[in-house]
Amino acid sequence: MNIKSRNILNHSFTGFSVFAVLIMVLSLIALLGPIILRGANAYIFKATIEHEKVLMNLFGRGNKNALTKETAQTNTARAELYSTMDSFEPELEELINTDPERGYALDADYSEFKIAIRKLLGPRPGEKTPVMMRDRYGATRWDKSLEILSNAIKITEWDYSTGMGVEVFKPRKALYKGTKLEKAFDDYLTEDYLKTMMEPGWTFYYGFLTDASFDAHFFGGVWPEVIGTLYLTFGSMLLAIPAGIIAAIYLVEYAGDTKLIAFIRSCIGTLAGVPSVVFGLFGLACFLGNDSIFSVSENSSVAAGCLTLALLVLPTIIRATEEAIRAVPNSYKEGSVGLGATKWECISKVILPSALPGILTGIVISMGRAAGETAPIIFTAAVSVGKAIHIGDIFSQPTPALPWNIYNLCTEHQEVDQIRYVQYGMVFTLVAIVLILNLSAIYLRARVSKNLRG
Amino acid sequence: MNITMNTPSINTKITPGDCGDTGIPNSMYSESLSQKSHSDTDSPPHITAKDFSIFYGKFEAVKKVNIEIPEKEVTAIIGPSGCGKSTFLRCINRMNDLIPICHTTGELIFDNYNIFESQVNVVALRQRIGMVFQRPNPFPKSIFDNIAYGPRLQGIKSKAKLSQIVETSLKSAAIWNEVKDRLNQNALGLSGGQQQRICLARALAVKPEILLMDEPTSALDPKATSRIENLIDELRGDYTIIIVTHNMQQASRVSDKTAFFYEGNLVEFDRTEHIFTNPSMKQTEDYITGRFG
Repeated sequence: MNIKSRNILNHSFTGFSVFAVLIMVLSLIALLGPIILRGANAYIFKATIEHEKVLMNLFGRGNKNALTKETAQTNTARAELYSTMDSFEPELEELINTDPERGYALDADYSEFKIAIRKLLGPRPGEKTPVMMRDRYGATRWDKSLEILSNAIKITEWDYSTGMGVEVFKPRKALYKGTKLEKAFDDYLTEDYLKTMMEPGWTFYYGFLTDASFDAHFFGGVWPEVIGTLYLTFGSMLLAIPAGIIAAIYLVEYAGDTKLIAFIRSCIGTLAGVPSVVFGLFGLACFLGNDSIFSVSENSSVAAGCLTLALLVLPTIIRATEEAIRAVPNSYKEGSVGLGATKWECISKVILPSALPGILTGIVISMGRAAGETAPIIFTAAVSVGKAIHIGDIFSQPTPALPWNIYNLCTEHQEVDQIRYVQYGMVFTLVAIVLILNLSAIYLRARVSKNLRG
Repeated sequence: MNITMNTPSINTKITPGDCGDTGIPNSMYSESLSQKSHSDTDSPPHITAKDFSIFYGKFEAVKKVNIEIPEKEVTAIIGPSGCGKSTFLRCINRMNDLIPICHTTGELIFDNYNIFESQVNVVALRQRIGMVFQRPNPFPKSIFDNIAYGPRLQGIKSKAKLSQIVETSLKSAAIWNEVKDRLNQNALGLSGGQQQRICLARALAVKPEILLMDEPTSALDPKATSRIENLIDELRGDYTIIIVTHNMQQASRVSDKTAFFYEGNLVEFDRTEHIFTNPSMKQTEDYITGRFG
């Protein structure tokens, strides 16, 4: 091969590498972009006055006087719409008597319309407080209000003329032509008038992180999930780090090169690749119930989840620590032993400190995994709806946790479409927590390595 | 406390009939050696090897060596690569324990004990017999912590006392002036020659009686080498120093006595000036005149 073609090969490899890195960066952006944008939408959004009412009533936050004043203003604006509706209702009854066909059609549609208005503005002043908390307030978010509004002013019909059902939208106004309600569509159900009824404004809702959730995440934040995730992460690391490091020290420094040890090593390697759901079932079988082998609690509990997650990340920590210890130059060991150190003194004072950066790398990986794993905690520690766990309850109570509740929200929640933003907010929060944990561990590792390098 | 750490159960006992097989050349050397050492050595022996052999598995790396290393003098061990000189040196403070397949026969007597007896406390032994290695191996810690490592192991906690030991050790290793202002900096930031002197100071800080040096200058430049050699000269008289070296000029410059190893045998052991001017053995002469090795 001549030098020219060798050079071309060399350059094309550089090109491929750049291309590969570019693809990776792009996919990262494609992945993280929506998470960050949509997730941030749970924290920063245009909130309506209903949001302020929720904050005041559920958490006692906000300016009470200002809220009372604003509520009065919006109620005046809303009263116009309500009075139009009130004046339409006798007309509707009359219509049922005179023109039953149109009357009943309007009656059926009007109840749908009323539901939409109720969703938008909440219960009317003076009305009995609804049982469901989600019915006690109107739309708390401006984007949601606009969505409800657009549904309120149009009717969805199915056109089968082509043989296939096609969704067509017709203005609702046309249905009520000639009635007193027609005025509502012209004057009140517009974006401008909605503004006076809802008073939207940009807000930073930090409470999404620190507030308890109400009525299955319709209101409030994700604090119980956050605190549950932190408990599970730190609890499992607290168990796995010492156990993993001790096991690795034993495997490298004390265990010989016997067949049994080689077998145990390959078992650890295999364990690292076992699907996490297997660990979940193992945790269920081993830690829960009175008749299990190592019974931790009767029903699922934080402690059982921590144990299961600890088992899950243990192989990773052992592997990383083993590698890190092996990478410590033998001359450190010789120097230490040559000065009269016992084996343990040599390990604890020279080998472990030198291996610390490598061990921390293993811990970073495991911590991210423990924070994000869903399957191991489904059976052992997670609950869909719950209060923030208290430290005294970790042996008896399950906890909500971000990974499980993200999954739970999108699969089992009745009205997930209404609260998608909560789901994205949870994803965003989880990613942020993992990122912060990792960054702090990476910072720590950088500091340790710097101290070691001099 | 006579606890031994990680000692492989080796058969160190030698029955009297086992040793001194006549007809094997090295026993002959040892006869000539004992005559020489009796007539010439003015110091009593500090370490005595009697029919001392070292095995790696089945390979006999050092073969029935008999030697008496004089106290508070500098003894150089020379010989071609693979002759067993480093192996022998490492056995003197039982660093060979770190190699599982290594075992020994015969006796290596220090302070009236065979150091390979199972009741010998290895940790205490290594505190009395310090070692400096081929490559500078300071720990990735501050200079202060490096020097204070040994004293701390012995249980010295007082900061004032440690500072004093650190200062004395660094001064005896002739590096105090270079590092006194940066004792808290990492020792790995120093140059190779400085690092080696730090290692020497670290070994001196535990106040050993014997200093073993395994080719201490082979990784250093000539300037750093001469500083280490000057240092060895200064330490003569306070410590028994055994230095393994590839460099025959170095052996002739620094040592009082020189041992020549060849293929695991101790060929000759004599005053350095004898070895380099008038060796008794042909092999020694061939080696020092550069005919092989």
